[in-house]
Amino acid sequence: MADVIERVKKIVVERLEVEADKVVEAATFQEDLGADSLDLVELVMAFEEEFAIEIPDEVQEQINSVGDAVKFITERV
Amino acid sequence: MFDLSGKTALVTGATGGIGGEIAKTLHARGASVALSGTRKEKLDVLVEELGERAFAVPCNLSDAEETSALVGKAEEALGAGLDILVANAGITRDGLLMRMKEEDFETVLNVNLQSYFRLAKSCMRGMMKRKSGRIIGITSIVGVTGNPGQTNYAASKAGMIGFSKSLAQEVASRNITVNCVAPGFIASPMTDELNEAQKTHILSSIPAGKLGEGADIAAAVAYLASNEAGYMTGQTLHVNGGMAML
Ligand SMILES: NC(=O)c1ccc[n+]([C@@H]2O[C@H](COP(=O)([O-])OP(=O)(O)OC[C@H]3O[C@@H](n4cnc5c(N)ncnc54)[C@H](OP(=O)(O)O)[C@@H]3O)[C@@H](O)[C@H]2O)c1
Repeated sequence: MADVIERVKKIVVERLEVEADKVVEAATFQEDLGADSLDLVELVMAFEEEFAIEIPDEVQEQINSVGDAVKFITERV
Repeated sequence: MFDLSGKTALVTGATGGIGGEIAKTLHARGASVALSGTRKEKLDVLVEELGERAFAVPCNLSDAEETSALVGKAEEALGAGLDILVANAGITRDGLLMRMKEEDFETVLNVNLQSYFRLAKSCMRGMMKRKSGRIIGITSIVGVTGNPGQTNYAASKAGMIGFSKSLAQEVASRNITVNCVAPGFIASPMTDELNEAQKTHILSSIPAGKLGEGADIAAAVAYLASNEAGYMTGQTLHVNGGMAML
């Protein structure tokens, strides 16, 4: 779990080019971290590759925050 | 200018008149090319002719699954991610609407437009990651002007233009451009068969006074595929000897 959080944060920092301390679990990608819809698609792609999982479209729509991503990924890996 | 060395391209309809010229031109400018069509023997002849950096990737674009797998197949053959997609394959099933069968409409939309969706979509992931890409659809003057007897074909070609404009806006920030080339009347085995009267009639509507050549279309494609065209997106280049000025 802790490992998942760190890996997710690292990807978010790299992809969205944001300060690491802003990437807390409560942070939403779009409002808090300034992602646009294309960034979101790219983030999900990056998560899929990092964790070798598949994130279905229905789930993608529900991943709004860093915490959402961590929760979903933790359930899968 | 317009050097494509080190780039990879997939050209559909490479067995046809225009597609063959596009393939040759991209190849001559240095690109590695994957050539697609349904006629395998014809593809093999082309590949033989071009020599190295050319690969045959047969595919029937009326089959959804096969089409969605084509980009992956091409990348495997090319040994690298795809930089340039040229969706050139196209068919006609002409007839007045009053006599047009549902099937004629569906088949044309499927082969001309839906395949474009499937091919473009399967390029996206790789192009987004590499933050570069060129998607080029070969549409037609008819998609913009209309033509009696071609409701299905014109709809499919107009659809390609709308699709390209929308996708261009979605991915412009990632350095992926999406453009169309719209040929007017291009000399082909089909136009060779027209009789003198028909030819005279057609030529009277073309200010340039002659039919275009596949190479005229290929030159526009080479430009759009190049690094120099990076700021050009969502556009349609009309190559038609002045037949319609849009
Ligand atoms: N010629 C003109 O005056 C003109 C004018 C405006 C626009 N265009 C457009 O330019 C493009 C090329 O035209 P062209 O004159 O070169 O036509 P063409 O010689 O008839 O070539 C058509 C190509 O499309 C391929 N194709 C057709 N159905 C296919 C399918 N189900 N699956 C895979 N490939 C398929 C053919 O491959 P196989 O034969 O191997 O199946 C062939 O390579 C078309 O999109 C056309 O609409 C042409």
